[in-house]
Amino acid sequence: MLAVSQLGSWLPIALLFLVAAGLALALASVSALVGPRRARGVHDESFECGSEAIGSARERFGVKFYVVALLFIVFDVEGVFLYPWAVLFRELAWPGLAAMGFFVATLAIGLVYVWKKGALDWEH
Amino acid sequence: MQPLADQLIRSWIHADPGAWPYTQAVYLLFMLIAGALLTTFTAVFSGIVSWYERRLAGRMQSRIGPNRVGPAGFLVWVADALKLISKEDTIPGDSDHALFRAGPYFVVTGLVLTFVALPFGDRLIAADMNLGLFYILSVTALVVVGLIMSAWSSNSKWSLVGGIRSAAQVVSYEIPAGLAIMVPVLLAGSLSTQGIIRAQGGPAGGSFFLAGGWPWNWFVFDDPMAFVSFFVFLTAALAEGNRTPFDLPEAESELVSGYNTEYSGMRFSFFFLTEWANLWVMSALATLLFLGGWQIPGVAPEVIGHSAALVFVSFLVFVVKTVALVNVVIWLRWTLPRIRVDQMMVLCWKYLVPIEMAAVLLTALWMLGFAHLVPAAQSAIHGVFFLAAGAVPLVLFLRQTFANLRLTSDRVDLTNW
Repeated sequence: MLAVSQLGSWLPIALLFLVAAGLALALASVSALVGPRRARGVHDESFECGSEAIGSARERFGVKFYVVALLFIVFDVEGVFLYPWAVLFRELAWPGLAAMGFFVATLAIGLVYVWKKGALDWEH
Repeated sequence: MQPLADQLIRSWIHADPGAWPYTQAVYLLFMLIAGALLTTFTAVFSGIVSWYERRLAGRMQSRIGPNRVGPAGFLVWVADALKLISKEDTIPGDSDHALFRAGPYFVVTGLVLTFVALPFGDRLIAADMNLGLFYILSVTALVVVGLIMSAWSSNSKWSLVGGIRSAAQVVSYEIPAGLAIMVPVLLAGSLSTQGIIRAQGGPAGGSFFLAGGWPWNWFVFDDPMAFVSFFVFLTAALAEGNRTPFDLPEAESELVSGYNTEYSGMRFSFFFLTEWANLWVMSALATLLFLGGWQIPGVAPEVIGHSAALVFVSFLVFVVKTVALVNVVIWLRWTLPRIRVDQMMVLCWKYLVPIEMAAVLLTALWMLGFAHLVPAAQSAIHGVFFLAAGAVPLVLFLRQTFANLRLTSDRVDLTNW
């Protein structure tokens, strides 16, 4: 049998996940039991300030949001590379600083490029 | 959690935890109790803060706030919860039913899971992972997933706009927040939340005024870059929690209620439970990263674990600091107006991200230039920086506040709390 201590710090996560999800589920179930159920029909429509909903909300939306998502992926990868470097920085010392300086400078050039291209300006 | 359980087994049952047959069962029991405690804490804290914030908002806007249920309206959050439970759980006919039901669960569990790695004091932590901070950043991503799920599945235009705004905002500010966290990680050389707090305990074997959680040992006063990073982190955390002045995704006056427009009853309250519990998460993170965590002034960190009284004091220290930050966040909400969406993007990408990129590299440079100095010189630099950046501004702020109070005290009723 796998000892609890061998699972170390990961078992509490699983347990807390179960407790939290269980509590949320229990509260929602109690609410479903206690709460009223009204007649369907217009009550079921999505809210559009009191008037009848026009069309579906599955519409196209601003392409700006996709640009933000792309930027996020590029720069978040930088963050992922920084974590192990930051933890081990004391051992890496000057060579580590030089390497990470080069890496961050490359990303900074990317940020300047995006900036000049106008991808960071919301109003166009 | 395990050191605490070991210690209890040793002192109460006088058994060796390694040889005692029921050790594993005790560990499991402890974890379950911890899970139940943390979940309860999340729910109760967000409830009490919802009352507290409304009272404080009332004071700041010269009105009374909730004052009917219980003394000073204190029980209003219990009444709110009961009312929300007894409301109908409306699910719009055109919505994607499965996603619509599941969205709030992602939001709640994503937030509660961060509490596994958040400390409450020395030894008072569910699991001291060596990847603690990384873990916290990754589970909070679940909240964004839940928000987008809820927004998209609602099939309402208000929800859609609120949801994609929220997603854009949260992922944008994830970058300055992640980079700002890197500064304490660099200084401490650890990703464990307890490890980062321990690194703010002053030089080993220091005298009374050098050991433990004195403000001049905190990372926020370690160097100018850490000082800047503290404020960048607070700003980014506000934005990630959709708090004013960054509450564009909810923007009542333009978007009805944003991503939770179609929700009602208990599922609706899950979003607000998360928002208020997030106040604790962001304040606790700022406390542990920059404000010395649970370190007790004048007490070396190695001593605390040997005495239950000192562990309790460390718990109090952590809670006081965190609650103070929660107050600041609430104060900001009722002081600042909401910013526009273009200002929100400009602030993140054109200011915070470049500042933090420079701050991380400069911190590394500072550490290398600093490593050759003797501990006494390091402490002297900390002290000078604490005076310049901490003590002097605080004194000036208090002077201004009391001067304002003196000027207006004949016109403002400060007793009606």
